[in-house]
Amino acid sequence: MKSIADIKAIRERMQSQIIMRDNSDSDEIRVVVGMATCGISAGARPVYNAFIDEIAKRNLANVKVTRTGCLGMCKLEPIVEIYVPNKEKVTYCHLDAEKAVNIVVNHLVNGNVCTEYLVNNEE
Amino acid sequence: MRELSLNILDIAENSLKANATLITIDVLAKDNLLTIKITDNGSGMDSEFLSRVEDPFTTTRSTRKVGMGIPLMKMISEMSGGTFSVQSEKGKGTVVTSTYLIDHVDRPPLGDIAQTLISLIGNLNDCDLIFNFEAFDTQFRLNTQEVKEELDGIPLDEPQILIFLRDMINENIKTNFRGVSL
Repeated sequence: MKSIADIKAIRERMQSQIIMRDNSDSDEIRVVVGMATCGISAGARPVYNAFIDEIAKRNLANVKVTRTGCLGMCKLEPIVEIYVPNKEKVTYCHLDAEKAVNIVVNHLVNGNVCTEYLVNNEE
Repeated sequence: MRELSLNILDIAENSLKANATLITIDVLAKDNLLTIKITDNGSGMDSEFLSRVEDPFTTTRSTRKVGMGIPLMKMISEMSGGTFSVQSEKGKGTVVTSTYLIDHVDRPPLGDIAQTLISLIGNLNDCDLIFNFEAFDTQFRLNTQEVKEELDGIPLDEPQILIFLRDMINENIKTNFRGVSL
């Protein structure tokens, strides 16, 4: 059974990666998940967890996943905003865990926006 | 909300917004009663706001006039034969306590508490979180302060750390026992 003591091993494995990252703050990609009551009840939590899983799996050191409150479009939740440096913000809606994985692969890794999930489609 | 864990996530968000530096989440099952208590040391509410906090048309937001988090959790408690209360003092913090009859047909499952906890832990910033779990014959306690000490400078919100914590929580809690499911 895992305990806090096991963190030491992960820490040692990660320390070198962290040092590399400190030098490259400017190319940080931000993934912002809407997690107010509306987002949570629509399924934002599995979406958040899917981003965490896929980013860890692919060892993407320059991606940060954060949360925000209600973005004012409750019926389009779960909503996620992607901020890539020097690019326009991209807003996705009606996400689920599977779509989140697709966004990591296509958008964050390969730079191709997943146009089928864009919020623009809803307007 | 299909899981009590989702309500926990929702209510604990309020604690973060109230600039708490410590949030304690207690999940305790004893006999037929499940108690969920969320305690923070954030900004708290004055008695006037507290008196109308269970009203869905009360919110701190300025963009809209609806706040569903507290009313939803209260409704679910009462539907499940339990009770709901909010105690708060301006400048000191807030305690949200809800109870549920475990065998009540309308009680939603506790659900994925580990997912809820890492969703919170990933965005704590300078806040700390304590999770206390007591059910059946198990007891588990997680304190992010202790995790941070072990991490020795590595951020708590690293995906690999969050996944480790999620696995650790799942391994250490017991939500099923002799046919009873939380």
